[in-house]
Amino acid sequence: MGEISTLHYLVLSAALFMIGTVGVLTRRNVIIILMSIELILNAVNLNLVAFSRLYGLHGQIFAIFVITDAAAEAAVGLGIIIAFFRNKETVNVDEVDLLRW
Amino acid sequence: MTPVATAFFFYFLAFMAVVSAIAVITRRNPVHAALSLIVTLLSLAGLYLMLYAPFVAAVQIVLYAGGIMVLFLFVIMLVNLEQNIREYQWNKQWLLGILLAVSLGGLLLFVFQRGYDIFPKTLAGLPEGQNTQQVGIWLYGNYMLPFEIASLLLLVAIVGAVVMAKKRI
Repeated sequence: MGEISTLHYLVLSAALFMIGTVGVLTRRNVIIILMSIELILNAVNLNLVAFSRLYGLHGQIFAIFVITDAAAEAAVGLGIIIAFFRNKETVNVDEVDLLRW
Repeated sequence: MTPVATAFFFYFLAFMAVVSAIAVITRRNPVHAALSLIVTLLSLAGLYLMLYAPFVAAVQIVLYAGGIMVLFLFVIMLVNLEQNIREYQWNKQWLLGILLAVSLGGLLLFVFQRGYDIFPKTLAGLPEGQNTQQVGIWLYGNYMLPFEIASLLLLVAIVGAVVMAKKRI
């Protein structure tokens, strides 16, 4: 199967990023959209850790910061979902159209 | 000494990650999507171990698979999704979205193929036995200010989540 290089990790990370982007752009359920954002953040983390194999420890530190941001984003996002469901009784993003004209 | 992490492990974990990531965005029931996302996160933790990053792998399992996914499952439980499961799950712009994502992936592959030569040929020395110690020294040394800003961000996120989820402010 050959040696695993950084390029293998980058291609896997690009694949995960693409899957996450498709999820964000095509799904209606806002919970699934948040999960797709987590997929995107994980793809970025894989990139950072793969490059830290080449350039030293900085990438791993940044991966930890990205995980912190993901936790904060998930907490606020899920709070917004709860408030949203309480007002509109739905979790579909295309039914939130108060700002549309 | 031959390395333990062989190519087979990489392809196995990559296959698991991609298949369960596709399951995340295609499942109708959000609980199934959340469980698939846990499989993706665990395979990524295995890949971090293969990249000599045991601390990041442990943080991935404890914080992502343990903390954030429990948060997701709790919200799925709190929000009543019974009629949502019976609805159509894809929005009107799905074709455009898939086209845009595929072109973005093509662009990324093009950049990787063209720019691969500028990567350094030698690997950095990462002694995995002292990885956690090194990460601690970096976090409290060079990255002191970003670390403090991250803690402030978490405080703001806690307050924001409580305010959002409260019935009346």
